[in-house]
Amino acid sequence: MSVLSALAKAEAVRAGRAQPTAAVRHLHLGERPLVAVPLRLAGEAAAPLAIMIGTARGDQNVLIVPQPRDRVLRLRFIEQLADIVLPYLASFLAESEELTSKAGETYTRCLDAPQIWTPNEGGVNFLKLLGRSVRFHRTDGDNPVPVSIPLLGRWLTWFGDRAEHPGSAVLPAMTSALSAHWATGQSALEDGNLAALLGWIDPPPGRTGAEAAAIAEDPLQSPPAGPATDPGFDNEELAPLIAAYSAAVDENARAVAAERLERSRRGQLEPTWQLMWRALDLLRALPPGASVENRWTDDRGAFSYFAAEVAEGTPQARRDPAVRAVRRLLERERALEALQAQCAFDDPLRMLEHRVTGAAFRGTVVHSEPDRVDRSGARPKLRPHIHIRTTDPFLAVVGEELTCVERPKQSGVVVEIDGDRMVLELSGGMGRKLVAEPGSVPTDGEALGFARFSPSPFNGLLNLPAREDTPWTHGGPPPEWVPPTDDEGEELQ
Amino acid sequence: MSTLAAQLDQLRGAAPATRHNARTIAALTANPGCARRALLDAAAVDKTVIAQSLGFPPQFGQSQFAITRGNAFESMVKANGCAELLALLRDKLGLTIPEVAYHDLNSVGENTGNAVRYQRTRQLLKSTIAAGDGTLFDHPMLRLDIAGATAYLEPDVVAVQLDGKFHVVEIKAFPVIDGQADPAQVAAAARQSAVYVIALRELMTEIGESPELVSHNTILVCAKDFTNRPTAALVDLRKQLAVVSRQLTRLTAIPELLELLPPEATFALGEDLEKTIAAIPARYAPECMSSCELAFACRDEARTCGSVDALGRGVCDEVGGIENLHTVLGLADGTLQPGPEHADITAMLRTAHRLRLEIAG
Repeated sequence: MSVLSALAKAEAVRAGRAQPTAAVRHLHLGERPLVAVPLRLAGEAAAPLAIMIGTARGDQNVLIVPQPRDRVLRLRFIEQLADIVLPYLASFLAESEELTSKAGETYTRCLDAPQIWTPNEGGVNFLKLLGRSVRFHRTDGDNPVPVSIPLLGRWLTWFGDRAEHPGSAVLPAMTSALSAHWATGQSALEDGNLAALLGWIDPPPGRTGAEAAAIAEDPLQSPPAGPATDPGFDNEELAPLIAAYSAAVDENARAVAAERLERSRRGQLEPTWQLMWRALDLLRALPPGASVENRWTDDRGAFSYFAAEVAEGTPQARRDPAVRAVRRLLERERALEALQAQCAFDDPLRMLEHRVTGAAFRGTVVHSEPDRVDRSGARPKLRPHIHIRTTDPFLAVVGEELTCVERPKQSGVVVEIDGDRMVLELSGGMGRKLVAEPGSVPTDGEALGFARFSPSPFNGLLNLPAREDTPWTHGGPPPEWVPPTDDEGEELQ
Repeated sequence: MSTLAAQLDQLRGAAPATRHNARTIAALTANPGCARRALLDAAAVDKTVIAQSLGFPPQFGQSQFAITRGNAFESMVKANGCAELLALLRDKLGLTIPEVAYHDLNSVGENTGNAVRYQRTRQLLKSTIAAGDGTLFDHPMLRLDIAGATAYLEPDVVAVQLDGKFHVVEIKAFPVIDGQADPAQVAAAARQSAVYVIALRELMTEIGESPELVSHNTILVCAKDFTNRPTAALVDLRKQLAVVSRQLTRLTAIPELLELLPPEATFALGEDLEKTIAAIPARYAPECMSSCELAFACRDEARTCGSVDALGRGVCDEVGGIENLHTVLGLADGTLQPGPEHADITAMLRTAHRLRLEIAG
């Protein structure tokens, strides 16, 4: 939230439709995304009710749990889900490239990585919980489950963890992705409703955003996107159907009841499914930002690394040990800073926020000295000067270093300030000789932007101790994981 | 005080007083600046009926699956004289209760009236303090005074530790997974428990004991991981206690709010209801939608007036506290001139507006 986004919201109210807050798309959009719309039973921890999942608009697979409280049926649902998701994941492992790291080791990285879309943050959390609920299941012993179930659990947990990494695009929530690119005339809470959000961004002809959102809030006209179901639906439609299923006397009656249940839940899922694909079309219409590919490459690397590891068989720990937790937090902090800087550098609308608060500016070059050489040090260095004029509210400080937006490898140090003009000494991005490469120095009349932050992430080494050396202040070295014995096993009630 | 009660009775009209429970009392703390809600709650009016007659029925409703699960969990924990609960208190929290007396206050003989149960609860608590035994009170009845009206409250269980401190026990069916629970649900449970603690402390004062006998920690019993087994945790309520007791004392400022209305005003259903409600200022924010039945009616009103708060409380802060959208837009594009107090924010708004137009080309 900032003055700019507040103003954009106010203008959206006045205009009756959402205002764009991004000129480019800041999220990678896969060629073959997997869209998943889950529903869960109210009141339970992670009891799935149904899911509609597929990789194309017409490819809806509906899986249901007829009696959500029945453990056997629930495991069967998860197995069927695994039969859809695991082959999808495996298809990305087929194509990979060989790379050499700086240390000289070779490693493989997949050419593309999976992407699972859910309607909202609730959907993301639900998939994470579902993963947690099955990743510790035993494949041997008293109540063995098929191998695919704990494997799916570990993958879903990986997706959920990676989704918390800023800039990652493996498990995005549609409402968050859309809200990042448009400002609507309603509050952020109401933006959590996918149908209302799309009503503002792309209202049907003849209606304002507010009217479309009002229709979207009526659960009878637009079933909620989940994973929570509408209580009215629960009480009036779902409960009697489930009761009928439980009371069925024989196979036939049960099959009929199950079919009725599937039809009813499909009816709740289908509208959201259409909305998801409509939203994907809207996002695809935006050109991708320049740094999106780099962040996706990080995701690809993480995917390849985990795919190699998951075969080993140890599920992720319930709680992170101290060293891993600190490392994760530090990585995420860096990723967040880099993400915000990269989005601003990619997108003039995003850079606007920083220009309004005075962290960046845009100006015109009024005079340029591209051949100036600094001979004061041991070796002569090319240090061109430019005089730049700006009307932005930027208070320059003599001696501070700014990064050029158009040429991110180039930085400018403020040498002199004179009213709305300043003199910058440029360095970097011009080649190694004492004569600049053509085009690397700004010329007279060129419009240029400079920012106080830089899009390259800080990649310094983290000085963390090894796992066995965790100090006593952080609980000492963590114990090794022991697979639970049968009587301690997790039980799905 | 009695004139206040009489005035509130008259405001309510012919409808019976809706009963307060801990959740509605805790919800009073959610929006302290809203005069509309304060008056309606003080007069013990059923806000659902009012919302429906204004044309904006609330969209609450609880799924019966959630209700069934909650009831089933609670009865499982309290079965057999709270056997599960006792085991939990002993193992999880290390409470040394070697032998525990159990009193079920659900009904006193054949009498299930609130007042009778309250008297019996008082009596039993007094004798327990004197005797110093460990005791579990099931379905105790407590009482709290809300702006002249008596509200009877029923916590799940009240337990006593051997050193004489009373703990309120709250049983909720949401899960605690790997030691972590959903923060919003824990916060709601904490606020509810704080109301019970306040009511219990008041009871202590009435029977002449120190209110400090009631611990500021509550015992929250939840479902463990993905199973139906219960787990318990101590939740520190000091912050919630401060907030709720402050709100309850502010409720005695109701007489000033009553002056906003003409003397014959009433909340009874009829054509004047809309005018009466509109005469009391509200303070709508999107958070109202999860806690107040009138939210949709107030939201419609806020949107028609162009309130910035309807877009979210944070938005109003970002535009320097200006409350009207037309003002914001007018200041930004230069059609309105600011007063001296809005000079800074106007400069920012105008820069933002100019730059946006520049980018849009």
